[in-house]
Amino acid sequence: MPERRVTVQAEVGLHARPAATFVQRAAQAPIAVTVAKGGGEPVNAKSILSVLALDVRQGENVVISAEGEGAEELLDELAAIASAP
Amino acid sequence: MDTLNGAGVSPGIGLGPAHVLLAEIPEPPPGARHDGDAEAEKARAYDALEQVAADLEARGAKAGGEAQDVLEAQAMMARDPGLAESVAELVGGGMAAARAVYEAFAGYREMLAGAGGYLAERVADLDDIRDRTIAVLSGLPMPGVPAAADEPYVLIARDLAPADTAVLSREVVAAFVTEEGGPTSHTAILARALGVPAVVACPGVTRIAPGTRVLVDGASGVVRLSPGEDEITTARNAAAARQALLAAATGPGRTADGHLVPLLANVGGPKDLEAALANGAEGVGLYRTEFLFLDRAEPPGAEEQEAAYRAVLNAFPGGRVVVRTLDAGADKPLAFLPPPGEEPNPALGERGLRMFRVHQEVMSAQLGALARAAAGSRAKLQVMAPMVAGTTEAEWFVRACHEAGLHEAGIMIEIPAAALRAADLARVVDFFSIGTNDLAQYTFAADRQLASLASLQDPWQPALLDLVHLAATGARTQAKGCGVCGEAAADPVLACVLVGLGVTSLSMGAPALPAVRATLARHTREQCEVAATAARAAPTAQEARAAARAHLPGLSDLGL
Repeated sequence: MPERRVTVQAEVGLHARPAATFVQRAAQAPIAVTVAKGGGEPVNAKSILSVLALDVRQGENVVISAEGEGAEELLDELAAIASAP
Repeated sequence: MDTLNGAGVSPGIGLGPAHVLLAEIPEPPPGARHDGDAEAEKARAYDALEQVAADLEARGAKAGGEAQDVLEAQAMMARDPGLAESVAELVGGGMAAARAVYEAFAGYREMLAGAGGYLAERVADLDDIRDRTIAVLSGLPMPGVPAAADEPYVLIARDLAPADTAVLSREVVAAFVTEEGGPTSHTAILARALGVPAVVACPGVTRIAPGTRVLVDGASGVVRLSPGEDEITTARNAAAARQALLAAATGPGRTADGHLVPLLANVGGPKDLEAALANGAEGVGLYRTEFLFLDRAEPPGAEEQEAAYRAVLNAFPGGRVVVRTLDAGADKPLAFLPPPGEEPNPALGERGLRMFRVHQEVMSAQLGALARAAAGSRAKLQVMAPMVAGTTEAEWFVRACHEAGLHEAGIMIEIPAAALRAADLARVVDFFSIGTNDLAQYTFAADRQLASLASLQDPWQPALLDLVHLAATGARTQAKGCGVCGEAAADPVLACVLVGLGVTSLSMGAPALPAVRATLARHTREQCEVAATAARAAPTAQEARAAARAHLPGLSDLGL
């Protein structure tokens, strides 16, 4: 399954506005997409509550995975959001 | 029931739909089940979540700025697909929608609370969405006080705590009516500070159906349900006649015999200046600077601070502007500083000036920006520190102000120790400003956020008047000024008493200025002193107020 591994750069981590932007983008996609912290259990990237509960801090790694039409493009965009400072 | 009677405590006429504030949304009973049509019940739950999300979004769009980010994030939570899945699963198993919503939220709630820090703070957001959704499903009024409304509403509650009312303004609230409380309760004081009519001690009012149109007469205490047009007109005419009397009093604050008492405005940012000027404020008696610092990841830049201070100074050429330095602490944490340690009692913790002693760079930056803003300004800048307990801290602050190039440095009197030793402090600082709300909280050991302890927040309590007298007397021995900038100053009757106790200036929410100006102008300084002595001789707040009123003959002209 296509995936991207990125380091979260934002000072607030994958919380607050970065989390909202990330989930909003994921929710627009017609395909399933997940995000996992480090080697942890993947959660639904369209669920703000699940993403917040991952508690990803600045400097931590996440793995974003999706499969299906447009997956590569979606993953590039999500990776860019997650790694934006 | 079409008329209810209570005690009018803030004169004026208010008309609007009833918003009944419930203390809390009850937990849907465990084991509550639906009637068997799971699909219909799921649809009800989805509709309720969507309604709550849309409402949050709409309020966000109206509020703009950072409030919009927060409300939109909340809307996303209400639309969370994982949450919807959990609800659907529970309803599929026969559970009633309201209980299913409660339990689905509980799962996420636990996860967030367990994580601590930023996430634990989101628990309150989550609880708010949960309660709103359950309210929709159960046909209950929405919890909390709406901070925005298409039409100002009449806020009805058992009693109000300061936390309930922090976001309110005249644009949102047409009137307050409470089932409990008295003429000196927080609701009454807040209403006068906002210039909003209020009726307290009005039995049965919380049973009014939400949305009913209500006409509130804050002078007579009459509350009419679904009033006719002619009733509304009559009530408005009477209020206009009183308003004309208040408007007739203009110019600087003074007693009938010409003793000057500067009347100043409390402002929370440049946005409040228009109201201050419109109501004839002679300056600013309390400029709260927290708005520059709270809810942001970076400290405000030097230029941003300077501009915010200069905006207020420029509004009052020749007047005075009293700036309170940052009052933050464990209860109002700053995102750009390391989190303070866990404090079991944040009100008694490292807040106000105490926080500055830990983070001196924040104080230096603020004092520096103030000094630069004051250079070339035609207003007189005075700077004061919150939460000062004694002379050591006061000396430290005064020295820091002088080093920054600020000439006048004062302190808030809000800790009883400071009032008791006012004579010592007056030798060290240039002026006092009494914060009656915190002084009451610390004197009566009563958390000001608790509605159940609201009666202990009453500024008419003789013990509090004694402390005001001590502070004012201490200041006078050194020929220093002693103002009051708490909600107490907004009560026209209490304002006379404060002047009688020796207070030299009064600062309040701008809408309260005309009534205080008119009331002071009708009484001599001696009458104020006699009223103050009578109030201090009384054993309770109620009796103190009654005793003071008996010596202030000009109140009835103003319908007070």
